[in-house]
Amino acid sequence: MLKQITIPENDPVAVPEKRAIIDQILEQNKDLPGGLMVILNEVQSQIGFISEPMQLYIANHLHVPVSAVHGVVSFYSFFTTKPRGKHTIKFCMGTACYVGGTPQLIDKARQVLGIEPGETTSDGLITLELCRCVGACSQAPVVVVDEDTHGRVRPNKFPQIVRGLQENDGK
Amino acid sequence: MAFFRSHVLVSVDPECLKRGAHEVIDALHDELVAQGLIDEVQVLETSRIGDPVFYGPDMMVYPEGIHYANLTPDDIPYLVEEHFLKGRPVERFRAQERLVRDEELRPPQPKEVRVVLRNCGVIDPNNIEDYIAEDGYMALAKVLTEMTPEQVIDTVLQSGLRGRGGAGFPTGRKWQFARQSPGDVKYVICNADEGDPGAFMNRRVLEGDPHAVIEGMIIAAYAIGSRQGYIYCRAEYPLAVKTLNIAITQAREFGFLGKNILGTDFSFDLEVRMGAGAFVCGEETALMASIEGRRGEPRPRPPFPAVAGLWMKPTNVNNVETYANVPQIILRGPEWYSSMGTEKSKGTKTFALAGDVKNTGLIEVPFGITLREVIYDVGGGIKDNKGFKAIQTGGPMGGCLSAEFLDLPIDYESLTKAGSMMGSGGLVVMDEDTCMVDIARFFMDFTQEESCGKCTPCRIGTRKILEILTRICEGKGRDGDIEQLEELCTWIKATSLCGLGQGAPTPVESTLKLFRHEYEAHVYEKRCPAKVCRALISYEIQPDVCTGCTVCARNCPTSAISGERRQPHKIDPDICVRCGICMQVCNFNAIVIN
Repeated sequence: MLKQITIPENDPVAVPEKRAIIDQILEQNKDLPGGLMVILNEVQSQIGFISEPMQLYIANHLHVPVSAVHGVVSFYSFFTTKPRGKHTIKFCMGTACYVGGTPQLIDKARQVLGIEPGETTSDGLITLELCRCVGACSQAPVVVVDEDTHGRVRPNKFPQIVRGLQENDGK
Repeated sequence: MAFFRSHVLVSVDPECLKRGAHEVIDALHDELVAQGLIDEVQVLETSRIGDPVFYGPDMMVYPEGIHYANLTPDDIPYLVEEHFLKGRPVERFRAQERLVRDEELRPPQPKEVRVVLRNCGVIDPNNIEDYIAEDGYMALAKVLTEMTPEQVIDTVLQSGLRGRGGAGFPTGRKWQFARQSPGDVKYVICNADEGDPGAFMNRRVLEGDPHAVIEGMIIAAYAIGSRQGYIYCRAEYPLAVKTLNIAITQAREFGFLGKNILGTDFSFDLEVRMGAGAFVCGEETALMASIEGRRGEPRPRPPFPAVAGLWMKPTNVNNVETYANVPQIILRGPEWYSSMGTEKSKGTKTFALAGDVKNTGLIEVPFGITLREVIYDVGGGIKDNKGFKAIQTGGPMGGCLSAEFLDLPIDYESLTKAGSMMGSGGLVVMDEDTCMVDIARFFMDFTQEESCGKCTPCRIGTRKILEILTRICEGKGRDGDIEQLEELCTWIKATSLCGLGQGAPTPVESTLKLFRHEYEAHVYEKRCPAKVCRALISYEIQPDVCTGCTVCARNCPTSAISGERRQPHKIDPDICVRCGICMQVCNFNAIVIN
């Protein structure tokens, strides 16, 4: 029996404006030799991720098996299957940071943003991630916001970081 | 081309833009128009001149070479009147030259020879005319009008140029194979997937002198008989991709790319293709799979790309630096090029010098220079006047060389013979405080993560090595671990499919050979001689030096330090996580590692 894939209503394939973007990318590159990589790179950068329904949609348009598309998406680390936020907050899980209060920070983040590490806020602004030691142990605990390293972050300082990102976004 | 008596280069890197570089340019333009100087003074945008944090927005005025810094639009009318109208440099706007520096690419150091890097930081990469002014595309004109493809290949052969991606295969031979392969459709590929951590030579060339690479590729295309080329650039280099696309568009407008190049019947065009974050795509067969839109997995060779490459057509794959050398070889002659270097390795090589050396950054030196000269003359010696321990060459697939190799002349053969390799050109200098087992573990962590998983020796083998190394670093090394490492290295090297797997054991192999005593200390004595591996060290407070100032106790993240004020403190080893913060904050050097 063929497995039917249910498309969530907020999937880009189901949203007309987003689908138009995908269609345009497909149209522009459909005859390009080896165009799949180009298409996926474009979709990733313009939509922000490549969901399963999107992979199926792209595969159907290019007349290739969806396994070929999924194989490529899962091979390269730049392609993500879940939407990522505009900003990424990474918690350093190095020993010094871990002992220095990363778990408490994550608790605080859960409380403030209502999401777990690996997830993204519903407004698409912030993704939480755990990372390996960033080599700033003397600053423990360390939080990396996009490219910037913040040291000695106490749980009571965390909301400030989030507010900074939200205000920046409003501008 | 219009003649200008003066050229003003205004820095428009992101930091300068944030500080108002465009406003300064607008003010400059308005004032030049107002003073009637707009036909005499040309305003150009360029990348970073000085450190934008100290200088932005800043500009360089040629031919005088005067660097003005911290400019605001309000400064411009006075500056234009004084400098350009009256010819008097304005001292108060001038930057303090001693502070001008580019951390990545310094002015040439002693013993450097710049061929590939000669235009980087000198010309505007987004303006093809700048490149043409530096004899750009002259080599292409010479090739298309005066030389046959065979003569081009002969010239490259005579120059002794070898592949700069690391393997060092003679470039002329590669071109010959691709030319001789039967077929109407042939491809030229530039491998710009520079993935080695710490290596950024190719990025600087692509960002600073893209036309040199493009010109080299067009010449290669003419030599092998190709009409289409690809530059495969990693996704982590967005600026390089942007610069290349601008350069390609300009080259098309000027008739260097496209149909009937320079009015001849030779046609060739180029396209940039982006990777998506897979290290293994730097391997040429994986790279071609990626361009074809597939998973970037390598395949066995032969057939080599010269016979069956991209879409199974004859293909020539060279590295960025290799192509960038070609125009200079054509223009200045193969004899000039082969006069530099050693018997088998000719010309110059760019390196990214990093680690515990005073002057880190990009360098370009002739082959045959010794490691000692690179570290002490070009690099300025070891940081903090510490002792030299090892130099790691060739990136994560290369090896570590000890002090006994310091006088080794650098070339492809000598490095391989010493148990390391040339690689793409990363050089990491390590001082006496580096643990070689920990370094080996660090590189295995990288290759294990980046192994594509297609062949078993690499997929399972690198993981197994990493497990053993981690165990050793954690003080849980067992009898037989060292021997098992050696066996694994041999087998992974012999049976892996591509260069990644074949090279993966090299950091372990070379450190085992040259620093075996460190492995033995870890395994048998549970001791880390360099005092790095956390599980094998302990921090201790010397009671006779400690003043009881409490600063360590207050900074300890785990509250492992106790003691009364003005009394010697103590570290509880069971709570201590060996983060080293106490040692950093202690003002009396009372804390030591055992």
